[in-house]
Amino acid sequence: MTGTLVLAADPMLAGDVGLVEVLLTLAKVVVAFAFLLVAVMLMIWFERKLLGGMHQRFGPTIAGPFGILQTLADGVKLFFKEDLVPDRSDRFVFKLAPYLSLIPAFLAFAIVPLGGDFNNGGQVEWWGRTTYLQVADPPIGILLFLAMSSVAVYGVMLAGWSSGSKYPLLGSVRASAQMVSYEAALGLAVASIVLVTGTLSTHDMVVTQAAEGYLGVIPRWNVIVTGLVPFIVFMIAGTAELNRPPFDLVEAEQEQYSSIRFALFFLAEFMNTITMSAIIVTLFFGGPAGPVLVGELGGVNIAWAWGVVWFFLKLFVLLFCFVWMRATLPRFRYDQLMDLGWKALIPVALGWFLFLAALEMGRDRGWSEVTVTVVSLLVFAGAALLLARAVRSGRRSRDREAARADERSDPVEERA
Amino acid sequence: MAEAVFAVAAVLMLAGAVGVVASRNPVHAALFLVQTLVGVAVLFVLNDAHFLAAVQVVVYAGAIVILFLFVIMLLGVDKAEELSIEPIFGQRPLAAVVGAALVAVLGTVVVTGADVLTGLRRAGGDRALDGDATDIERMGRVLFSEFAFAVEITAALLTVAVVGAVILTRRASRSDGSATADTAAS
Repeated sequence: MTGTLVLAADPMLAGDVGLVEVLLTLAKVVVAFAFLLVAVMLMIWFERKLLGGMHQRFGPTIAGPFGILQTLADGVKLFFKEDLVPDRSDRFVFKLAPYLSLIPAFLAFAIVPLGGDFNNGGQVEWWGRTTYLQVADPPIGILLFLAMSSVAVYGVMLAGWSSGSKYPLLGSVRASAQMVSYEAALGLAVASIVLVTGTLSTHDMVVTQAAEGYLGVIPRWNVIVTGLVPFIVFMIAGTAELNRPPFDLVEAEQEQYSSIRFALFFLAEFMNTITMSAIIVTLFFGGPAGPVLVGELGGVNIAWAWGVVWFFLKLFVLLFCFVWMRATLPRFRYDQLMDLGWKALIPVALGWFLFLAALEMGRDRGWSEVTVTVVSLLVFAGAALLLARAVRSGRRSRDREAARADERSDPVEERA
Repeated sequence: MAEAVFAVAAVLMLAGAVGVVASRNPVHAALFLVQTLVGVAVLFVLNDAHFLAAVQVVVYAGAIVILFLFVIMLLGVDKAEELSIEPIFGQRPLAAVVGAALVAVLGTVVVTGADVLTGLRRAGGDRALDGDATDIERMGRVLFSEFAFAVEITAALLTVAVVGAVILTRRASRSDGSATADTAAS
């Protein structure tokens, strides 16, 4: 019977499953879902307010104090608008597509540890049951996130196709090509983390990062352990995966949608942003790991709550960075976007992954770290030179061919 | 519990499989294929093969079917096709024969048990049960020790395939310029 449960790694679900376990799991699902929805609402307001500040204007001000209810007002408005379905559209797929972007965002959020005292393993005891403060801790852990981000491509792709019009289709093909390309870089950055922590489970990753740091003050977060490069790659690839600025080339697939369906897409975009930030916090910044400042309050053990506090603080900082990037960076052109993904991010992520693997190997065999680093850097320099040459010669031959094609096509045009 | 999950996944898979064959629209067929693949992933989880389940979704649903959809959408064959013409002579009777053979093989397996054809009760033989390592660790160990050569050969094969595809498309444009100009214009 152990094979029947996806959640087999959760200590709570290891033995017999009774009513309390089911109720506890249900409660966790409801809390996580409610949190995500409220967070999306606040995130939309936060982004607009912050962008307004950075653009030297006010942003939303009317609905509620500081305009905090603006999203609610927009939601109500969109809800009562007429729901248009284009005439030539594929009705079922057209209606299915928004959910295909929304549901993966929530499912990926399920593996994020939200709290717990990670100085003591991160477990909490509620109603006599030991559990983690996360909806699920499957053995494949972070792979679930990658699987969900690859499923999310369907939402974009089918939305464009099902509308039955040419331009949304072109837009969605571009957007899905972008998402598929950047998934590779995303996966390589995740692989570095898996290599360093030696586990796929998000819970165990946080436990590893909660261990004793360096010099007593620097935490053992993966962003430091893996040497910053995977984090930068993940951040850029993640932004591209979300189709957020500066990689927001495609908004057209949404233009075919009206009313509540547009709201669903909008919701999905922000929900994906929050999930991505939560995943980054988990992977690189130790998730809920942090010091417990006040262990007990009125005789009640509240050590787990500090995990929640640290998690939200880190999440907040990352969300701020996402908005900041949007306000600062100009939009990319499509070919620049593909160049960045394939010719910069993937080689860098792959090279850094191999470097980390070499370091790990050297530690096992007792090689000197300096030698490993120097040799790796030399190999990198060689590989980078080769790649640069390949890219240059590729571009030159493409230019030559284009010139020749121009010469040839000219007389054809005259004849016509 | 396990039986219930199996029943749901099996119904999902079979419905998807029927949908792939029966739907007239290629995009719908591809989506039904995704449904079947996800059902297979559920069955993998049911058998404690969590890693295979994840790979099933990432590679098959996330990459291969997406590629199918790309081709379908970009070639513009995403509408119902004319089915009265037979492009290859004798295609349909042959398909019936192959289908009947497949049904016979699968029927044999179902009736007599899985070991009739391969002599194995399960993939991986006895190795599947050693120790309490996760399926990822076990698979990694086997792939990079016993089957390291096969892994390298596969990697080389894939590289050759990619390089070959690039060379084929590039060479066509160099030797026959007018053809490329036409395709570029159309």
